[in-house]
Amino acid sequence: MPDLLLELRSEEIPARMQRKAAGDLRKMVTDGLVEAGLTYEAAREYWTPRRLALDVRGVTARSRDVHEEIKGPSTSAPEQAVQGFLRKAGLSDISQAHIHSDPKKGDFYVAHLSKPGRAAEDIIAELIPAIIRSFPWPKSMRWGKASAKPGALRWVRPLQSIVCTFGPETEEPVVVEFEVDGIRSGNITYGHRFHAPQGFSVRRFDDYAARLEAAKVILDAERRKEIIRSDASNLAFANGLELIEDEGLLEEVSGLVEWPVVLMGTFEKEFLTIPAEVIRLTIRANQKCFVTRPADGQAELSNHFMLTSNIEATDAGVEIAHGNGKVVRSRLSDALYFWQTDQHDLPDLDTLKEPAAKFGLDLAKPLDQRMARLEKLGVTFHAKIGTQGERVARIAKLAEELAPLVGADPMLAHRAAVLAKADLQTEVVGEFPELQGVMGRKYALLQGEHESVATALEDHYKPQGPSDRVPSDPVAIAVALADKLDTLVAFWAIDEKPTGSKDPYALRRAALGVVRMALENDKRLPLRRWADADLLSFFHDRLKVYLRDQGARHDLIDAVISPQADDLLAIVRRVEALGAFLDSEDGKNLLAGTKRAANILAAEEKKGTRVADAVDSSLLQEEAEKKLFVAVNQAESEAGQAIQNEDYSGAMRALSALREPVDSFFEAVLVNDPDENVRANRLALLSRIRAATDQVADFSKIAG
Amino acid sequence: MSDAMNPARSFQGLILTLHAYWAARGCVILQPYDMEVGAGTFHPATTLRALGPKPWNAAYVQPSRRPKDGRYGENPNRLQHYYQYQVILKPNPSNLQELYLGSLEAIGIDPLLHDIRFVEDDWESPTLGAWGLGWECWCDGMEVSQFTYFQQVCGIECAPVAGELTYGLERLAMYVQGVDNVYDLNFNGIEGEGKVTYGDVFLQAEQEYSRHNFEFANTKTLLQHFVDAEAECRDLLKAGAPAADGQIHRLVFPAYDQCIKASHIFNLLDARGVISVTERQSYILRVRELAKACGEAFLLTEAGGATRSAA
Repeated sequence: MPDLLLELRSEEIPARMQRKAAGDLRKMVTDGLVEAGLTYEAAREYWTPRRLALDVRGVTARSRDVHEEIKGPSTSAPEQAVQGFLRKAGLSDISQAHIHSDPKKGDFYVAHLSKPGRAAEDIIAELIPAIIRSFPWPKSMRWGKASAKPGALRWVRPLQSIVCTFGPETEEPVVVEFEVDGIRSGNITYGHRFHAPQGFSVRRFDDYAARLEAAKVILDAERRKEIIRSDASNLAFANGLELIEDEGLLEEVSGLVEWPVVLMGTFEKEFLTIPAEVIRLTIRANQKCFVTRPADGQAELSNHFMLTSNIEATDAGVEIAHGNGKVVRSRLSDALYFWQTDQHDLPDLDTLKEPAAKFGLDLAKPLDQRMARLEKLGVTFHAKIGTQGERVARIAKLAEELAPLVGADPMLAHRAAVLAKADLQTEVVGEFPELQGVMGRKYALLQGEHESVATALEDHYKPQGPSDRVPSDPVAIAVALADKLDTLVAFWAIDEKPTGSKDPYALRRAALGVVRMALENDKRLPLRRWADADLLSFFHDRLKVYLRDQGARHDLIDAVISPQADDLLAIVRRVEALGAFLDSEDGKNLLAGTKRAANILAAEEKKGTRVADAVDSSLLQEEAEKKLFVAVNQAESEAGQAIQNEDYSGAMRALSALREPVDSFFEAVLVNDPDENVRANRLALLSRIRAATDQVADFSKIAG
Repeated sequence: MSDAMNPARSFQGLILTLHAYWAARGCVILQPYDMEVGAGTFHPATTLRALGPKPWNAAYVQPSRRPKDGRYGENPNRLQHYYQYQVILKPNPSNLQELYLGSLEAIGIDPLLHDIRFVEDDWESPTLGAWGLGWECWCDGMEVSQFTYFQQVCGIECAPVAGELTYGLERLAMYVQGVDNVYDLNFNGIEGEGKVTYGDVFLQAEQEYSRHNFEFANTKTLLQHFVDAEAECRDLLKAGAPAADGQIHRLVFPAYDQCIKASHIFNLLDARGVISVTERQSYILRVRELAKACGEAFLLTEAGGATRSAA
């Protein structure tokens, strides 16, 4: 069966778009083939900076003829019905229809329609231009003469040529002829921009990939990645270094070259005084190079880096390595300048006195100055919420309030909160926003802040998700909680809540952060102090998701969460105690008994049967109900006491004493006594069972 | 070739080589625009001529002023005044990348010795209401040019699209001369007694302008100048507007000068640190409105492709 080879060669495609574009191309082409009635055996996509390619194997040579019968009305049907049938079947005269006979229905019309199959080449020639015209690039452009007219072709960068061949392995494939905005399909492609700029013809995928490789183009991105990875590691190893792997960078670099050649560059050791994170980001973001560390583990970073060039240079890469070294050096001198500037006084300190006083800042310290400037500049946090300065003021107050709840020193929590956003005004964070917090910590230590304050500056952004580390220093916890609670309360106040998949301010993450900090650090937070009912239920939702991920039973969580429950830790302890209790024999039976009591009550309440307000002991007749009353009184008070003491298993034990009396009651006593007063009294007794168990959990929500 | 003209030995030789290269490819070689601008793109030969249907191929050097980038002459790479070499080709020829690489070879960059790369860079000028797609062009990891296919300028779709090449001349010269400090660049290509360096020509100016930009520029007057330029631009656009259908606009270039002026004043005010973050956006928007109005007016002129007659 024939194979299809497609190559769309363009000017350099942004690295971050290549993989997805090639995948889209495969999907659109194979979907289109199938939709047109063809089948294929396998398809694989390839990409380089200058081409998307697709190899489809085993395509059927023709789509099948399609025969279809459309049943029409009886031959004796009125003219109207016959006309309707003709329209539906696309016939011009009834003589074109056949007449079929049916023993029951008699004679009726049938239209025989047949669509002849089409040659695969014709289908492809129609399909590919349509795909090119509607290709989902994240950003696309027009170019050249054609762009003078409306409706000009758009592509990610100018499209230069199209290869499209089709044919079985045993024969010479043909070019599938079509044209898109003046670009004619053909069988000519071009190799490496500098090593092999001449065009050459290709027949099918196998010789295409091989000839490209001979022309210094490695078509397969995974192979390019592997070459870069292993060459960089080997080169590092040979120089007593260890490559610091970076998967994201590797993916990007493999999209910047067609013929990867790894070289080593060097910068002066003096730059190693810059924090390692800053060096790594400077070299990664600006130069797309890998950093290394000494293989002996003596330092975080070495002054050698690995670069990937796109040519086999005539001097073996000496000039290229030298040139890259120069650029890295000049970038690092910028970084060094930023790092040092951030440790020095700002100009115009006089103008910062007022904002400094507002936050109790010490203008002799660099980080304090940066916070004062953040306030003075009135940098907006969110148009409807206000400035960063206002936010810091709120967080500081809140952190101080939270401090005693999490065992932190309120003064330190306040200090940390006041400095928490100061590093947003530093040069390094201005250059690398992803270093917010990390830099705050470093600058805080340099100006002699308390270790906990410095830790809080970095950790208050944590946890950034379900698997990120949760802060453990109490001061960091206080500030992290204050930061997240303030964010949530503020966005709730302006009614900007997450909806469906939209959560642009990462509010779910913030709430999950609060949940994780409370639970994983054993901290109790009276959330109702800050959260309204709606926000509290948002916390409940996050908690449920969190607990479910931990394997907790969904129904048990529902059973213990009441709308007002705001002590997340207590909820979790209850769920645990309840789970253990229900696993015991007593627990299972009590659950059954309680459910039975609740069902009877619910049924009678529905009927409007009177339930006494309280149990009247003088109306208790049977031994079993007297015993139950005593047991309920005792269990209720003991369980209540235990809950007061947060002894949830104690509460469960107290309730388990109810199991036997409840069972005996249902065995020996008929609730529906003919005496209305006795019946009302017995129902009251049942409601006491529910009241006693309700202290621990809503048993009606528990499955089983 | 004497070193005075050698692009790898002489800063002016580099410029003259690029002139010769692009002149041979049909560009009109223009002189710098005689106003303070932040980038070569602001030259009306790019901003305005990129609009409308008429073909246009030009190359020129444009002194560019970035008041905020001043470093009192102490930084070896950063300048508040530097040169851009600007090429604009409308519509872009289909071999523009090859033409660009040819220009690098002309100034002595061998693509089999140096690693030349086109790295994604979507260009946008919020003040000009302009954007395009293209690349940073890297030579051994250093950005030496910006390569852009203009899609929109002055808020107007480019039809046809123009290709814009912007070479950072000092950087390129430092690279080909093998110099680490911009002030050490050989300007005239002479060695020995007659040698003139970039520092000889510009160091003092860098120091003085840094002082001016950061310390002495009179912000009160500048704020007034901004308002004046803005008003003047609008007045001129109004005064030159076609009186009736079928007539052309008569004052686009003078009005656009005022837009350029406003933009530069904004950059100075920004360097002086008197524009808050929130205000910044609104200043940019005000300049963009002027640029858009000028672009729209340009389409009503002969150079902009209007087939109307002057009143």
